[in-house]
Amino acid sequence: MLQTLKRLYHQFGSPRYFYDITGRMLPWLVAAALLLLVPALIYGLGFAPPEKYQGNSYRVIYIHVPAASIAMSGYFMMAVAGVIVLVWRMKMAEMVARAIAPIGASFTFICLVTGAIWGKPTWGTWWVWDARLTSMLILLFLYLGIMALNAAIEQPQAAARATAVLSIVGAVNLPIIKYSVEWWNTLHQPASITMTSSAIDPEMLITLLTSMAGFYCLFAVLVIMATRCEILRREQRSRWVRSLVTEAVDGV
Amino acid sequence: MANSVMSDHSSVEPSLWSGLTAVMKRDLLLAFRQRSDMVNPLFFFVMVIALFPLGVGPEPATLRMLAPGVIWIAALLSTLLSVDSLFRQDFDDGSLELVLLSPQPLFVVALGKVLAHWLITAVPLICVTPVLGIMLFMDGNTLLATLYSLLLGTPILSMISAIGAALTVGLRKGGVLIAVIALPLYVPVLIFGTSAVEAAAMTLPYVGQLAYLGAFLVLALTFAPFAIGAALRISVNTR
Amino acid sequence: MQTQGLYCERDDRVLIRDLDFSLENGEVLQIEGPNGSGKTTLLRILCGLSEDYEGDIFWSGQPRARVDEAFRQGTLYFGHLTGVKAALTPRENLRWILQLKGITASAALNPLIDQALQEVGLFSYEDVPVQALSAGQKRRVALARLQLEPARLWVLDEPFTAIDRAGVAQLEQLVQQHAEAGGAVLITTHHALELTGIRKLQLGLGKGTWRIL
Repeated sequence: MLQTLKRLYHQFGSPRYFYDITGRMLPWLVAAALLLLVPALIYGLGFAPPEKYQGNSYRVIYIHVPAASIAMSGYFMMAVAGVIVLVWRMKMAEMVARAIAPIGASFTFICLVTGAIWGKPTWGTWWVWDARLTSMLILLFLYLGIMALNAAIEQPQAAARATAVLSIVGAVNLPIIKYSVEWWNTLHQPASITMTSSAIDPEMLITLLTSMAGFYCLFAVLVIMATRCEILRREQRSRWVRSLVTEAVDGV
Repeated sequence: MANSVMSDHSSVEPSLWSGLTAVMKRDLLLAFRQRSDMVNPLFFFVMVIALFPLGVGPEPATLRMLAPGVIWIAALLSTLLSVDSLFRQDFDDGSLELVLLSPQPLFVVALGKVLAHWLITAVPLICVTPVLGIMLFMDGNTLLATLYSLLLGTPILSMISAIGAALTVGLRKGGVLIAVIALPLYVPVLIFGTSAVEAAAMTLPYVGQLAYLGAFLVLALTFAPFAIGAALRISVNTR
Repeated sequence: MQTQGLYCERDDRVLIRDLDFSLENGEVLQIEGPNGSGKTTLLRILCGLSEDYEGDIFWSGQPRARVDEAFRQGTLYFGHLTGVKAALTPRENLRWILQLKGITASAALNPLIDQALQEVGLFSYEDVPVQALSAGQKRRVALARLQLEPARLWVLDEPFTAIDRAGVAQLEQLVQQHAEAGGAVLITTHHALELTGIRKLQLGLGKGTWRIL
């Protein structure tokens, strides 16, 4: 058991192996993402039964909730990759962490925008300092800080280590921030209608879960693609990347 | 002669406490020699707060309502402003390398530097807060809450921004980057700090908020020095 | 100190490949090579400032990481940047550097510091802020460390920069004495050192080549 884990660790630690295996995995992941997302979104946005109190405006949760979930777990993935970077000096973890940052930030942004779209018919304004929206906004700021630090340091390894420290500090802070914001929110305004106020219809739940799974597949696809680009960039002088490029050129 | 020092002290283990005090003494001495570093963040703090009524109007009721937020945001920004130089001089003249190579544990040095920085920049700021509070029409009880919350909250701000400073010390464009890194992490301190003051303004008990700040302070004192140390090592490593 | 299979690259350029050498007590090893051949990088790796290398470094026969504190206690690094603060006096600077090594600032320390300063030719400058001194004098303040810090291994990176001829001779003598007293010295310089029993490690430019003379 431990041996297999060790072997897997070493295999995935090698950029070349990672590049090869993800190249083979990618089409399947894309197919899975499409198969899950397309029906879930069409059904969810078009045909699922309307909600009792909010009517049709609730439908945005089929995008909003998965985006929120991915935004959070993306940040924690980055922090876990950061621990691997700092403790085991694994090159692949550096690249994965760097790939996650902008994608996680985009999902956070999607979550905020869909929250605003939902807020307009529900609250009558585009923005409310609601606890969840506010902590999502701060999560976006945390992502932006990480991206800024990544961009500011030229040497890739140094950038990876510095952002690893920052993302770990951020991940430790995130629960505290979330808790503080909720506390602040209850202090300043009474609890308003939340996104999932009424007991959820099983039909809605299945649609939501399917869409969630689809978005996670999409996230995986995006992260893998970004990581592969990062591998090519960082390993551009290595022999296997060069031969890959010459093969591609010969093919044309 | 080298032998004489060696024989006197060969058994001396670097003790954490003497390391901490040595770092703090040195930084306080340096600040005393270069007093402008000490005074500028204070001037900034006073000016931001003094300009505020010019922006929102002089009505006592408005100012009293906004005062906690204004004082806290000004404290936050002035911490950010001063922290950029915390490690930069040591990085530029090479003393940071000596620190990294010394047998002294890095977190002790980091803790010492941040505490000295807090004494130099935040304590004067807390000292002038009563005057500013009166200018913003705060009453006595509220003022007391402000002082307590600043006393507990500003060391946390120093710790957090020191992480940012340590991460960016090798870069030429430190300043704004530190702000982008550190500001989101300030949120809990800002929330509980201002909320303590607001509670006091409504003559409600504010011990709870202070207890939260105290808990955050303990957390920051425990973990931040290690993060700062790791960040400094990374910054020097890539010089 | 020993290294085994040391490998280091920087900005995709191999600086050092498969470097094996050992430095025993009483030896002086001069590292030579053209600019950009990785002399400073090698010194930073050896003394523990840089972690971007592969291979093993041993100290007193054990992996360096395992005896980290003893290694730090026993090593003196003198780099391009001296770590001397302009706003402090030479005495304050040296006292701080000694405190870093765990030597407590007792009253007995001051005469030792003053004597060391006198020997590097800074007599009567001990209470002048360093910013009022010349470039060479600033270097000399840092060189006084060599006489004060109890360290077996000296790692000196271009120690002769900005030092006058008399100072160079004095420094050479110090290095010689240190080696004779059983210390080890790693040094980079473009000076032709006139020391007995000095060994040389030449680094080549480019593919990480090296040879020991």
